[in-house]
Amino acid sequence: MNKKKSLAENAKFVSILASLISILVGLLLGFILLLILKPSDALGGMQAMLGTGFSSLDKFGKVMYQAAPLMLCGLSVGFAFKTGLFNIGASGQYTMGAFFALIGAIVLQLPWWACLLLSLLGGAIWGVFPGLFKALFNVNEVITSIMFNWIAMFLVNLLIANIPVMLASAWGASNSDRTAALASANPGAIIPKGGLDAVFGNSSWVNISVFITIVVAVIMWFVLEKTTFGYELKACGLNKDASAYAGINAKRNIVTSMIIAGALSGLGGGTYYLAGTIQYVLEKSILGMGFNGIPVALLASSNPIGTIFSALFISYIQVGGAAMQPSFSSESTNIIISVIIYLAAFALLIRGSIQKLLSRKKAKEAES
Amino acid sequence: MSEDYIIEMLHITKEFPGIKANDDITLQLRRGEIHALLGENGAGKSTLMSVLFGLYQAEKGIIKKDGQEVQIKDPNDANRLGIGMVHQHFKLVECFTVLDNIILGVEDTKHGFLEKEAARKKVMALSEKYGLRVDPDAYVSDISVGMQQRVEILKMLYRDNEILIFDEPTAVLTPQEIDELMEIMRGFKKEGKSILFITHKLAEIMAVADRCTVLRKGRYMGTKDIAGTTKEELSRMMVGRDVQFSFEKKECKPGETLLSVKDLVVPSKVHKNNAVKGVSFDVHAGEIVCVAGIEGNGQSELVFGITGLEKASAGSIRLCGKDITNASIRVRSRDGMAHIPEDRHKYGLVLDYSLEQNLVLQRYWQPEFEEHGVIKAEAVRKYSEGLIDKYDIRSGQGPLTPARAMSGGNQQKAIIAREIDRNPSILVAVQPTRGLDVGAIEFIHHSLVGERDAGKGVLLISLELDEVMNLSDRILVMYEGEIVGEFRPKDTDVQELGLYMSGAKRNTAGKEGIAV
Ligand SMILES: Nc1ncnc2c1ncn2[C@@H]1O[C@H](COP(=O)(O)OP(=O)(O)O)[C@@H](O)[C@H]1O
Ligand SMILES: [Mg+2]
Repeated sequence: MNKKKSLAENAKFVSILASLISILVGLLLGFILLLILKPSDALGGMQAMLGTGFSSLDKFGKVMYQAAPLMLCGLSVGFAFKTGLFNIGASGQYTMGAFFALIGAIVLQLPWWACLLLSLLGGAIWGVFPGLFKALFNVNEVITSIMFNWIAMFLVNLLIANIPVMLASAWGASNSDRTAALASANPGAIIPKGGLDAVFGNSSWVNISVFITIVVAVIMWFVLEKTTFGYELKACGLNKDASAYAGINAKRNIVTSMIIAGALSGLGGGTYYLAGTIQYVLEKSILGMGFNGIPVALLASSNPIGTIFSALFISYIQVGGAAMQPSFSSESTNIIISVIIYLAAFALLIRGSIQKLLSRKKAKEAES
Repeated sequence: MSEDYIIEMLHITKEFPGIKANDDITLQLRRGEIHALLGENGAGKSTLMSVLFGLYQAEKGIIKKDGQEVQIKDPNDANRLGIGMVHQHFKLVECFTVLDNIILGVEDTKHGFLEKEAARKKVMALSEKYGLRVDPDAYVSDISVGMQQRVEILKMLYRDNEILIFDEPTAVLTPQEIDELMEIMRGFKKEGKSILFITHKLAEIMAVADRCTVLRKGRYMGTKDIAGTTKEELSRMMVGRDVQFSFEKKECKPGETLLSVKDLVVPSKVHKNNAVKGVSFDVHAGEIVCVAGIEGNGQSELVFGITGLEKASAGSIRLCGKDITNASIRVRSRDGMAHIPEDRHKYGLVLDYSLEQNLVLQRYWQPEFEEHGVIKAEAVRKYSEGLIDKYDIRSGQGPLTPARAMSGGNQQKAIIAREIDRNPSILVAVQPTRGLDVGAIEFIHHSLVGERDAGKGVLLISLELDEVMNLSDRILVMYEGEIVGEFRPKDTDVQELGLYMSGAKRNTAGKEGIAV
């Protein structure tokens, strides 16, 4: 076959175009919402949302910093999805990863890379349960992982509160509602900036985690597309019966897939809390990062490489959204962000219409 | 205009990526006739009918109803014009009752509540009138394929359609059900309805159709009056060459025992009883053993037990002398068992994988295709191109075609290529020709006999008695989970087999089997 592919047949082109169009529509609707909420500040708000990320190197550093854990949670959800599992437990795995990393950093005084490895382990442990329950007892992974989100949050809060050395108060600060600042507890556990801080105008946010994450994304892509392991996982996700027929051990694959998904989310928790800028605060709500992994994965159609870009995009508008305060309350910026993300997920719908449009055009050309 | 055409499809062209599924096709349906549409798998029959039913838009060509040009943009338009369709793969809501499925989309309501009594009356009246037996309150997931089809037909009648399209309705039916359906179609014709009937089975066309339009590879080959044509002529038009309907096999020289099944018991998935109740038989090298029987007498479960898709609850299975009763599917496959499954969409293919990915489904893990856990993409490509060539698997984009976008016959060819090319010692083939055209059937029959002649053992499960008589060296008849008779094809005939299949006769001596 050396026939030239028409544009409509070029699936990659169409799906990227569809994502772009849906993002645009989302932004437009977001703007309309701003107009309704506060017409006088709408333009400024939109500018803040769209401009902030690029307004200063420091802000762009923040975009990259937040993109890393988002990307990892997105990879986690996407990976499980390819195996036919809906990993709604990314949040709990993320929390566990953060906890393991912080234990490594503060209690065990380990260097940053060892702490990251621990975060992988923490997330993996939290992924194994929904996987096992699904494989052995056919319990829906959605239910188990939602429960495990809560268990992770309360368990981690309980443990941190009861390990005095973990708290900021043990390291010269006055507050005991959060973990110690790494700068005072163990500077060696802070993920190195690798000279990026110089490039990004002394940004306190940026570090090498975004690059580590991109490497992880490429590895995940390779695993899914190029290895027999990925072939098996995807076969299970696409057709359980046919993969059983082909002698693929579905139970083992469900468990491994959840372990890997958990490890990815866990690493996300590690990269976020080992940056040295954020301390884990004991709160009674589930961390949102894991849930944000769901739209990241959806927007990228679970493609690991696409996840890199969708995470950067969502991180970008989140940083922009934060800059819209105080003229807009944080609730209304959250609504706008959600609308944009929600519409971005319409990419699939738009993909179909583009394909139709292009092929109709082609038919017309053929006629004339 | 001298002819009274109810529907005319003129110069229809419809393209899919990489393939012209319909290329300038003209089909004219007379009022009140049964018009057959014949063509190999992938010839474009379903596509043409989907254009008429509004599921696809043709790039070129026009459709006329009663001589007036009409636009059919979606199935609702088709419905308004009185066009109804029974799809090749049924479109029913499994968790709804039969009645709910029939009225779905055209429900009557009163103050926002469903008004089902009138609907029930109408459905029962239709069911009575045309002999379409259904249980209106049964759930679709619980009823037989035959009844599901009757539900689909009732759906069309309920909507007062007068042009009825049947896309390969007989492919999923037992011989008795096929006879019934033919009778029902004749009834429709008497009522003045016009019928488009897609089938591969020439005998059916000869039996009920008035005229027949033939397609080949998306092109129009002509329309014939059935009264003035023969099976041979139609099949030549369809395939483009002469087709053998039966063939000479070499004499069977059975060798060592390859598969030995002893007192096998397999539980049923649908009821509490066992589906297979202590079945024993052997398959030898160089022999085709055929299990005949009416659908649902334990054949599927027997195959599940042998291939490992279901655990046997008692008995033993030996493959080439080795006990595999509790072995995993992968071990059975590695030790020389190939399996052409009954349900090619459920088990045989990962529909969202490409053709090449499907062609290595049983061997991607072998050193030939894998190194350090990485799939050798080039080896896979080369291997699949070889198979595509050798087995003439036709598709739009070669190795990269999604399996979903292939026609049924070519999907089946892909499975057969994959299973035979593994060079198995024993080949378990379940209804390998179900729903295929004569060209493909001929090919598959030759492949199976080729395996036998190469000294392999073939276990064939078939519902088609002609196929059983033609291919087998030994016939086992299965009835209610047991083997009730064992025959050689030359010592029996279809009538005798029918008696055993229906349970009217059974042969206890058959348990010992005939000496080989
Ligand atoms: N939705 C689709 N997308 C792409 N190709 C298709 C699609 N449907 C059918 N085809 C292709 O069009 C051809 C005709 O298919 P079909 O009409 O289903 O054949 P038939 O019903 O005669 O067996 C086949 O080659 C098939 O692969
Ligand atoms: Mg068809």
